[in-house]
Amino acid sequence: MSPTMIETKTFLGIPPFPIAAKKALADSQLRGNMHNATHTIRTKRAKVTAELPDWEQLREAGADIKDDVAANMGRYLVQFEESITKAGGTVHWARDAAEANRIVIDIARRHKVDEVVKIKSMATGEIELNVAMEHAGIAVWETDLAELIVQLGHDLPSHILVPAIHRNRSEVREIFMREMGKVGRPAESDLSDEPAELAGAARKHLREKFLRAKVAVSGANFMVADTGTLVIVESEGNGRMCLTLPEVLISVVGIEKIVPTWEDLEVFCQLLPRSATGERMNPYTSTWTGVTPGDGPQEVHVVLIDNNRTKVMADEVGRQALRCIRCSACLNVCPVYERVGGHAYGSIYPGPIGAILTPMLKGVGVSKQIDSLPFASTLCGICYEVCPVQINIPEVLIHLREQVVDSHRGGVPGTLITTMKGASLLMAKGWRWGLLQKAAGLSSRVFWKKNGVIVKMPAPVSRWTDARDCPAPPAESFRGWWKRTDGGRKDAGSPGSARKGTDQK
Amino acid sequence: MKVALFVTCLNDTMFPGTGKSTVKLLNRLGVDAEFPTAQTCCGQMHVNSGYVPEAIPVVRAFVDAFAEYDAVVAPSGSCVASVREQHKIVAARSGDRGLIKAVDELTPNVYELSQFIVDKLGVVDVGAYFPHKVTMHPSCHGARLLGVGDRPERLLKAVRGITMIDLPAAEECCGFGGTFCMKNPDVSVAMGADKARHVRESGAEVLVGGDNSCLMHIGGLLTRHRSGIRTMHLAEILASTEEVA
Repeated sequence: MSPTMIETKTFLGIPPFPIAAKKALADSQLRGNMHNATHTIRTKRAKVTAELPDWEQLREAGADIKDDVAANMGRYLVQFEESITKAGGTVHWARDAAEANRIVIDIARRHKVDEVVKIKSMATGEIELNVAMEHAGIAVWETDLAELIVQLGHDLPSHILVPAIHRNRSEVREIFMREMGKVGRPAESDLSDEPAELAGAARKHLREKFLRAKVAVSGANFMVADTGTLVIVESEGNGRMCLTLPEVLISVVGIEKIVPTWEDLEVFCQLLPRSATGERMNPYTSTWTGVTPGDGPQEVHVVLIDNNRTKVMADEVGRQALRCIRCSACLNVCPVYERVGGHAYGSIYPGPIGAILTPMLKGVGVSKQIDSLPFASTLCGICYEVCPVQINIPEVLIHLREQVVDSHRGGVPGTLITTMKGASLLMAKGWRWGLLQKAAGLSSRVFWKKNGVIVKMPAPVSRWTDARDCPAPPAESFRGWWKRTDGGRKDAGSPGSARKGTDQK
Repeated sequence: MKVALFVTCLNDTMFPGTGKSTVKLLNRLGVDAEFPTAQTCCGQMHVNSGYVPEAIPVVRAFVDAFAEYDAVVAPSGSCVASVREQHKIVAARSGDRGLIKAVDELTPNVYELSQFIVDKLGVVDVGAYFPHKVTMHPSCHGARLLGVGDRPERLLKAVRGITMIDLPAAEECCGFGGTFCMKNPDVSVAMGADKARHVRESGAEVLVGGDNSCLMHIGGLLTRHRSGIRTMHLAEILASTEEVA
């Protein structure tokens, strides 16, 4: 690794969600930053989606287009390859992260470069390209402002769209002052924490890297099959610099990013900015189709990655996750994400979409951390309500919980499965459930007389009573009351129509 | 119309008052609901925790208890949403065609209490009296999954003497989340604490909701914080009249 390189951190070693979340919850600065940022974007999104009368139809169209793509993936990919090859581009197929990284490194090496500039990309984050490049002795300069903040801060991204959402502006200023000089042009000594000044400092710092770089690496938001066009939407213009200045452009793209035609693109160009940043249009939309002689990169590569996407496609319930256009709307509205931030999810894909995408891309039953993700949700459903491509995230979460539980069946039974099996037995017959209630009522008469509230219980129920009171079980269940009074008929003073006791036990 | 009360396992065991209020209310509206004692639970705890095979006997018990009724009413949006959305998943996993068919036939007839009163009975003013300041938490499963909409509010606004107060950030989840409250207790409490704060700030004396599970969670925080605010199920307010209020 060259001395001017920043070592990229990875999510390796992040504990299971409940433990990571507990740590995050204790960070009051983080909670304040997250609350402010998510509520700001949330409000903007709600406003600009409400002003479109056909928003629901757009969502439906987005879902339909993506489902068609998933059903005809092979055909569209081959069509894309033919179109872009005709336009002078080169397509590389990568089965997994290792293959994709090797392809990118080989291209960079062929051009004898020791650095590349990079546009923010989820696909390259997923395959940990930066780590692989650094191992190969090639420095990667992130040029998206938030990604730069994360990189300079030796930090991890915590949001799909704004990876430094967990930082506020004074923290950003500190990072710039401390780190910029170590890898290039330092920040001015009188830098304030005004957003415009911070952006100015980043612009100056990055300018020399843009002008020097021979190779750029990007992802893509969309690939148009019938023309072979790649599309990137962005806000800052750093992407436009990376796409136009260097001689060589390498784009790493997940195969599900394909759309059949430009007409389909129209739907997503409305859905994405409104869902993502709460803007009617994003400031920069760049499209390129292969090589244009004498203009822009003269060598254009596309690395198409599978990395388990075809496996996800085989999952009837789970495949809808591949519709995702990485807008982050689900993160911004999620009450869990808002309180713990993105790092607790231990993945480049945090929040509700991450809780389904990460286990599907990496597989369940192999790591406690990954297996904890489908349970990191209250199933409140607000993510589904805002998703621009109608991914029913709660449905997939429940489906994955089933897979997680199934993957652990057969071993020594733990507390939870024993409880679940016991409850299943009790709940199979009304009279068995009635017996349990009688026991609970008896316990109440013996133990819980005080105020009808339980304030302290042993583990694991202490997880409830540590912070919340618990009502004591009543001396008589509803069932008991119904039987004793014949549904209230024999209760003194209760309204009196006769009711049939329909005992079916 | 032959109507059954599905009281739900939580209400049956922990909140019998909600069940009694539901009976009283339905009776006042001229509905003679029966309580089939073969009933137990909707099976949601099992399905949402990933234990789908274990939910099969529970769903079977549900179908056995209620198949003969024209309408089934439950004082819980969450349990009814589970019946409507999840019983078909469980039945499919069982591979039992009889169960799949029985579930398909039964689930459209299962109603949450406010849906049943407003849609089936066509009543909004249930003749209740409740002279208190009340704010409402619209539980997520009822509001989003089941789509009960403004039915609970319409019923509450027609109650004589009541003062309804808007709950800030009402649509935000309280953090109960079924087994989430035990698997992720810290996040659950962080969310619940914010909800409880909004309830306190509203100035209401009573927090009402359509799901006792959420109310048990928020109420557990409200009493721990000695807020002096009590939680009540929608059925309990709607059942209140001048004689007992």
